Amino acid sequence: MKLSRIVITGVGLTAPNGNSLAEFRANLLAGVAGIQRREIRYMGSQLAGVCDYNAQKYQTKKEVRVGTRAGSISIYCAREALADSGLSWEAVAKDRVGIYIGCTEHGNVETENEIYNISKFNYDTKFWSHYHNPRTVANNPAGEASLNLGVTGPAYTIGAACAAGNMGLIHATQMLRLGEVDLAICGGVSESIHTFGIFAGFKSQNALAAHADPLKASRPFDKARNGIVISEGGALYTMERLDDALARGAKIYGEIAGYHVNSDASDYVLPNPARQAECVRAAISRAELVPRDIHIVNTHATATPLGDIQECEAIRAVFGEGCPDTSINNTKGYIGHCMGAAGALELAGNLPSFDDLIVHPTINVDDLDPLCALPGLVLNQPRAVAKVDTILNNSFGMLGINSALIVKRFVP
Amino acid sequence: MTKDECKQVVLDIIADIAPDEDLSNVKPEVRLRDQMQLDSMDFLDIVMELRKRHGIEVPEKDYQQLASLDSCADYLTPKFDALTGKS
Repeated sequence: MKLSRIVITGVGLTAPNGNSLAEFRANLLAGVAGIQRREIRYMGSQLAGVCDYNAQKYQTKKEVRVGTRAGSISIYCAREALADSGLSWEAVAKDRVGIYIGCTEHGNVETENEIYNISKFNYDTKFWSHYHNPRTVANNPAGEASLNLGVTGPAYTIGAACAAGNMGLIHATQMLRLGEVDLAICGGVSESIHTFGIFAGFKSQNALAAHADPLKASRPFDKARNGIVISEGGALYTMERLDDALARGAKIYGEIAGYHVNSDASDYVLPNPARQAECVRAAISRAELVPRDIHIVNTHATATPLGDIQECEAIRAVFGEGCPDTSINNTKGYIGHCMGAAGALELAGNLPSFDDLIVHPTINVDDLDPLCALPGLVLNQPRAVAKVDTILNNSFGMLGINSALIVKRFVP
Repeated sequence: MTKDECKQVVLDIIADIAPDEDLSNVKPEVRLRDQMQLDSMDFLDIVMELRKRHGIEVPEKDYQQLASLDSCADYLTPKFDALTGKS
């Protein structure tokens, strides 16, 4: 079966260090991180990646009040992606648009807020908000975007832990190829910094980062790494079948070359390098490539002591020493772990490499852990390279979900 | 509480739940829904905020009493007075 070619034609994002692709990329090349201290309910001051996009650019004050942070981030990113795509939105058939948004979790924020609210009223549930259910349904972020945009096609979220950002793009690829929609708005979002439960959970797991300097706190591959910095954010893309994109003369950021999704089936939280390696190999194979054809590997590594080593083990198993043109980087040193948005944001940060032939570095590596010393690792300073034709984006999540997505330079 | 004070209580609540609305010229005799964008969830918000901020209960059968500022004042002022011990 000949599958349609699927291309990325627009990018909209908000990250802790940038509210557009241009701003985000400039900060990735300049080594500018975006982590700060933030008061978290019951837990006091914690490290977090906080976004400062202008919600009122696309929402009324009432929409912001009634909706969720994840919904607001989705609306901002979707509108920015559409604006970037050059599509004439008024002319687009709204029933042929699909919204596919990856989420690590949804509903924690609003549930915690309501329990806190009724705690002020002796836990009398008559003070529980009538907005609780529309705010906490799992499709909320995509649903809010559909309301804001008037999209009448399918709009739903994809729950895939921290692999969710990649999953939004993968699912969109599948739906476009099936002809279910003609335009996909897809990627991932995170509102995780607004729930104390995620902070407390990682803290109890001894997996929450601590550092005197917030900007140095997220340090994948460094010997002194001590856990995750939790962040919010989002990245949504417009994706289309190549023929449609060419017909309207769209700018094309890249083409989906291959992907794979699998499951560890081995542990609730501990990654499984063998399954991760299988996932990456399968994605490369589906793209009809071999490992040495991959020019950038964006790692998922979250700066937990064990998780980074295990991903490096998987990458070593696939790429070994025989891939001299493969550069390896990581984005979490800048923005922390944006959870459901991580995969989508981290891909966005690397896409401009097709044009500028620069690989952004992994920052905050003062003392490289020998167990993470992969050949091709780009540390602390950007690296100019001769060729960037392919980007492999890893995104892994709890309960053992692995995703690998390969985007290639568009060549007609 | 005077009826004007009661209307101000309701306007203060509306200012929070409908922050995009200009409330400088709300006509007290006209239905709120006819002069600003308020839906059924917003009216539930008004009911909730009366409960939270003032301890006032509005049973579902009486929701129609909240249609306009005038009807709000007629319906709610006795309730506020009852709370403060005035008859």
